[in-house]
Amino acid sequence: MKNNKDEWTIVIKPKSGWFDISLKEIWKYKDLIFMFLKRNFNSSYKQTVLGPIWFLITPLMSTTMFTLIFGKIANISTDGVPQFLFYMCGNAAWGYFSTCLTSTASTFTGNAYLFGKVYFPRLVSPITSVIYGLLSFMIQMLLLAVSMIIFAARGEAVYPNIHMILLPLLVLQMALLGLGVGIIISSLTTKYRDLSILVGFGMQLWMYATPVVYPVSQAAAINPELAKLVMLNPVAPIVNNFRYAILGCGSMDYKYWAISWLVTFVFLFFGILIFSRVEKTFMDTV
Amino acid sequence: MANDVVIEIDNVKKQYRLGTIGGGTLKGDLQSWWARVRHKEDPNTKVGSKVYAKNEKFMALNGVSFSVRKGETIGLIGGNGAGKSTLLKLLSRVTAPTEGEIRIKGRISSMLEVGTGFHPELTGRENTYLNGAILGMNRREVDAKIEDIIEFSECRQFIDTPVKRYSSGMFVKLAFSVAAHLNCDIMLMDEVLAVGDMAFQKKCIDKMVSVARDEGKTIIYVSHNMQTIRQLCSRCIVLRKGEVIFNGDVEEGIGIYLRNDEVTAKLFNDFTDCHKFNFLTDKVMMDSIEVLEKEICRFIDDERIRFRLKFRCLENVEKLSFRMMIHNNDQVVTATSVCYNFMSCKKGESYEKIFELDVTPLASGVYKVLPVLFEINEIGGVIDADAVYPGLVFEHEKTTVLDWRSKLYGDTALDDMICIE
Repeated sequence: MKNNKDEWTIVIKPKSGWFDISLKEIWKYKDLIFMFLKRNFNSSYKQTVLGPIWFLITPLMSTTMFTLIFGKIANISTDGVPQFLFYMCGNAAWGYFSTCLTSTASTFTGNAYLFGKVYFPRLVSPITSVIYGLLSFMIQMLLLAVSMIIFAARGEAVYPNIHMILLPLLVLQMALLGLGVGIIISSLTTKYRDLSILVGFGMQLWMYATPVVYPVSQAAAINPELAKLVMLNPVAPIVNNFRYAILGCGSMDYKYWAISWLVTFVFLFFGILIFSRVEKTFMDTV
Repeated sequence: MANDVVIEIDNVKKQYRLGTIGGGTLKGDLQSWWARVRHKEDPNTKVGSKVYAKNEKFMALNGVSFSVRKGETIGLIGGNGAGKSTLLKLLSRVTAPTEGEIRIKGRISSMLEVGTGFHPELTGRENTYLNGAILGMNRREVDAKIEDIIEFSECRQFIDTPVKRYSSGMFVKLAFSVAAHLNCDIMLMDEVLAVGDMAFQKKCIDKMVSVARDEGKTIIYVSHNMQTIRQLCSRCIVLRKGEVIFNGDVEEGIGIYLRNDEVTAKLFNDFTDCHKFNFLTDKVMMDSIEVLEKEICRFIDDERIRFRLKFRCLENVEKLSFRMMIHNNDQVVTATSVCYNFMSCKKGESYEKIFELDVTPLASGVYKVLPVLFEINEIGGVIDADAVYPGLVFEHEKTTVLDWRSKLYGDTALDDMICIE
């Protein structure tokens, strides 16, 4: 007689292991990720006059706003780089990280209606958010490139350098860190809704703790200890190095970047750990 | 053949905790935890209630085991809270069991609620792809089926219009079509066929039957509609309070479920503390119906039901009439018998009347009766004075060549035909 055990395609058991995420299964659902991306893209700009042009307008507007408030009114130094480029660069990096985090954070609560009806690997949702965020990030990068050419043509100090090859690594880290923190929050919000309120507010605070509207050198000028503290924030070295690679302002930092990677992996590890615990039964608690 | 088994459910239990889960907020949980650490009283315990019921648990499923073979169409029935939907949720992996194991062979898809995952802004075609992907199909599979889906949905004209512009009927038609054309081996369905107009419902059921029969798909179907269970299913599983109480023949299962669910046939039916309908004038009140000259409430062939009706008169009624509305297993009125203007009654008096009801045309089965006392006003309108449901439950047995119990021939057996020439 054949051993029946091996033939079962799915075995549903009460408790799963701690690290029960099947990447192979997610790959099988790649079409779903693609469809979700298409859905997000199509639905967000349907019935709007400007359509996908909004992808350009929002970063332009916020960069202009930053330039006006932090650059002109508050007169914060930008390490000699044109203010507009400085803010656009920081804004793009922070924006991507923040999108990854916030959209991932609402995975369970936002998709409860869907998750409660059908099964698909729950990680598909946050992965979709992260990839979708990448789209608007890329558009911002194009915008930045165009702006840089314009500024360079006018003879302003813009020094894109060899460190640009590290950009994919930096973007990857933004996504992973956002994903890690996001899925921790999403897993906890199934039980504690407090966190979903905290996210919006917390992200604002976190932005000011990150050198987005100011260079690290500004913090160092006040107190060198303060600069160290700022750089311990895992996002700070990412934004700092990102800006250095593109605009050549400030300095490349490897020590704090290494720490930041460590923190990223820790968050990601615990995130997936909690996520895989929660995803099986979250429908009972959400 | 043991190798045919595609689903094996092995002693599955699903437990839910009663009451709100946790304090609901992080603060609440931290408070409770801090109180426990200091051995103080939990500030979040409700005043007057016992210590927070950690053990207060509810077993939605309590040791369910059965297996399904390839190509079977299983009807899953049971009252509300019997655990049907919980079982489907476990099978579709929406949530995990507390104990036990479910083993599945092949691809499983659920159409628990049609239209889940439809995005209002997307067109019918885009939604078809999206929904297909959500249900586990890849692009090529949808490509291969899209023509069938559009054809079946009868929405070709609107397929490139956003679904938010659809009528609700078109919406469910399209949603059903996507789900019905899924590439899977096992399909789970929960009451989904109760959508669309009658013609489309019939089309759906025919499709499901053909899917089960011709494509060899296995179907697990949950419904409260016994008629569709009869049409669709080859086997019936009855759940009650999280346990399987019957597993086998469809008609027998339906009988067990309905008998279990409802009041049993008894000779004396007292209405003193019965639920009354609120559209009644209450000029008269029924007190009881008692079946006479019988040991059990079962009538064979041409036996007639003789019963005594007791009622009180609260206001004068000139012409009182009485009717018995006979309902079948599916709570549908099958037949009505009337006794017009049998008396007039005076305020404050109590009466006892004996009636004889002829139920011989009814097919074999259990029936529930809605007795109604009513009056006919000057312009011939019927005004109901009092009604109780079920006022009487009885069983009718017909011994003929045809098996009337199977409901294949309907609820009423008309007089035999005569060949004239």
